[in-house]
Amino acid sequence: MEKKADKGNRRKFLKNTLALGTAALATGAGTALANNDDKKNTEKIKVLTTEGKIIEIEKPLDECKINPCTPAQGKEARIGIPGRSFVMVIDLARCKNARKCIEGCQKGHNLKPDQEWLNVVLMKDHPDQEPYWFPRQCFHCDNPPCVKVCPVGATFKRQDNIVLVDNDRCIGCKFCVVACPYSARIFNWDEPLESEVAREDFSPETSVPAQVGTVSKCDFCPDRSREGKLPYCATSCPMGAIYFGDKNEDAVSNGTETERFSELIKERAGYRYLEELGTKPNVYYLPPVNRMFDYKSGLKDLPEEKQKVYDNIRNGKKSN
Amino acid sequence: MNTPAHVLMKEFIPYLEKPSAKWYAWVAILVIIALFGMYALIRQMIDGQIITGMRDNAVWGIYTANFVFFMGLSYAGALISCSFQLLRIKWAKPVLRIAELITVSSLIVGAPYILFCLGRLDRIHFLFTHGRIQSPITWDVIAISTDLVFCIAFLYFTHIRDFAKLRDASDFNVAPWRKKMYSILALGYKGTPVQKKYLHQAHDIMAAIIIPTAVIAYSLLSLLFSMSLKPGWHSTIFSPYFVVTAGYSGLALLIVVMWIYRKNRKLEKHITNLHFNYFAFGLIILTFIYAYFSFSEYLTQWYNQTKTFETLLNNLVNFSQFGWLSLFHIVFAFIVPVIILGFPWFRSINSVTLVSAFIVLALWVKRYLIVVPPLENPFIPIQDVRPEYVNYSVSWVEWALSISGIAVMILIFTVASKIAPIIPVSEVADMHNEEKPKLLFKTKGE
Repeated sequence: MEKKADKGNRRKFLKNTLALGTAALATGAGTALANNDDKKNTEKIKVLTTEGKIIEIEKPLDECKINPCTPAQGKEARIGIPGRSFVMVIDLARCKNARKCIEGCQKGHNLKPDQEWLNVVLMKDHPDQEPYWFPRQCFHCDNPPCVKVCPVGATFKRQDNIVLVDNDRCIGCKFCVVACPYSARIFNWDEPLESEVAREDFSPETSVPAQVGTVSKCDFCPDRSREGKLPYCATSCPMGAIYFGDKNEDAVSNGTETERFSELIKERAGYRYLEELGTKPNVYYLPPVNRMFDYKSGLKDLPEEKQKVYDNIRNGKKSN
Repeated sequence: MNTPAHVLMKEFIPYLEKPSAKWYAWVAILVIIALFGMYALIRQMIDGQIITGMRDNAVWGIYTANFVFFMGLSYAGALISCSFQLLRIKWAKPVLRIAELITVSSLIVGAPYILFCLGRLDRIHFLFTHGRIQSPITWDVIAISTDLVFCIAFLYFTHIRDFAKLRDASDFNVAPWRKKMYSILALGYKGTPVQKKYLHQAHDIMAAIIIPTAVIAYSLLSLLFSMSLKPGWHSTIFSPYFVVTAGYSGLALLIVVMWIYRKNRKLEKHITNLHFNYFAFGLIILTFIYAYFSFSEYLTQWYNQTKTFETLLNNLVNFSQFGWLSLFHIVFAFIVPVIILGFPWFRSINSVTLVSAFIVLALWVKRYLIVVPPLENPFIPIQDVRPEYVNYSVSWVEWALSISGIAVMILIFTVASKIAPIIPVSEVADMHNEEKPKLLFKTKGE
């Protein structure tokens, strides 16, 4: 196979080999997704082939982990990255409402400070439970209610698990917003922020530039995945609460630690929010046990009016 | 000629002749209100929906409520008039044109409200170029446009004989262009037996098509809500519930419009106590059916309630939230109609009309209560410091467009009753013919 492969195919092969090698080589999983900045690195690395041999190969360039490395546009953007099955795991025990994920997401996607694709809410499932912080974004469901109801096919499900919005197509009926049980979608009520990206360079994978009168939401940052980077929220979380990765590789990473997805879910009793709705989300939560912080530490830095919105939860009632 | 129809037509001809200054002034007022709504819509298209009261969470507001409300009013003609046509019921003939006009005007006014919700009206053609049949919105677009075409056709068919009479009327003093218009609209109808037979068949066929079309259209409309997983929307009985509500509001509006024309045009001879009496009886039956559906809907969900539904229900009865609106709805959609219509000493033409007017209002409130509260009660609690993101409030743009919708509906009535008599003259004249009713379809025998 290696003999007849041209350069592009060889890359693909190496990528696959890397994917298989994750189990054997702890470094493998990390390099596949984690962020590295040394661009002109030509050093060799060792990987495990399918035949079980360890071979030495040229280390691939970091900015091009997945071909093509530029965000897909048009029809291409509707297919998804082949062979990928993106998932997110959020460790509720680590979240202390630092809200850095929100800021990172807003900066990365050119959003206004009050446009939250990702939000952290205070939850209390029953009166005796200690409240916990709950980061909530689009769950990229496998059975997405939003995609079903779109009258023009502006929002779509891709083979790499991601649900995206094509804001060149969206007519702004907001039916998807009401269909989503997780309140994940937002509407551009007025003109979005000016963007450096030209209108014709819009890609549903970056969701930039936004357009007034259309719907937008968390996109799982597939453009970052193409570059081998984690989504903005995962890299900006100071607690490392947000893991992102590939279910096919069985690996998720928060930037510093890389875990096996299946083991994480198994050992930490991972669950999906509102499983009973049958939406089959691709975001998993690890229950807030053995917490690293008291939930009250997340209230400290908030302005008083913001603290008030949590009163209902803290008093044991569900807010409205 | 001095047939009953011609005598009757003479009575109405003064209303159809050259409009008075008062009529023009009235039309001007309505047009100004409609233009104000147009201005609001243009502002909304330029400034974006930020100038409406809608925000994330309550992303739909009174546009959607109006849409559901006006579509519901269209049941006045669609169901009443068509089923009376098929059932060969004669006593209601004088008011059937009013019913059909309510249907067409409310469909014309109501359908655009769903478009006002669109953030990108400039992309409206995508519904056809990129339409997805899986989406309930596509179902609505197909069903409502079909319904509208059918109802306009039916309304036109019921006009043809009157147009022919107006074309032939000798002492009808109008501009030549209007004479020509009647001649074109009459389609060369001369009342020959063949023409009579075909026109009657066309009536029957349209009536038989419109009834299921209207039921399907409004059922599909309810799916905009019940297809969602939202507590308060995700209900299996929404389709029949909506259909019953539509019939209820349609009949109530019909009574109100009947009363207005009766007073305004002095039609006491044609629109009689009998009509109010019979319709009031229909109204009380519908009150109970509507109450039955409402009771079934809320009782099942209240008896053993999920957490989110519990919050929704609390908001509906909380007087700082939707409590007053709920109370208004309950009082005027259930209690008052039962008291006023149920006991003989309260019943009169005026009281029945007043109750009907309040029923129409209460059912608008009901649509608001269906649309907004579930949006404000999502599964994940809203924890927002911006009050407009927590609770929906209607902005001037939305009010302007709502009021202009009512103005356009009245305008359609004003113009339509200038073109043809508000009473279907030819049909009413037939009432006194002792003709044997025509069979609906062929059966063996005789």
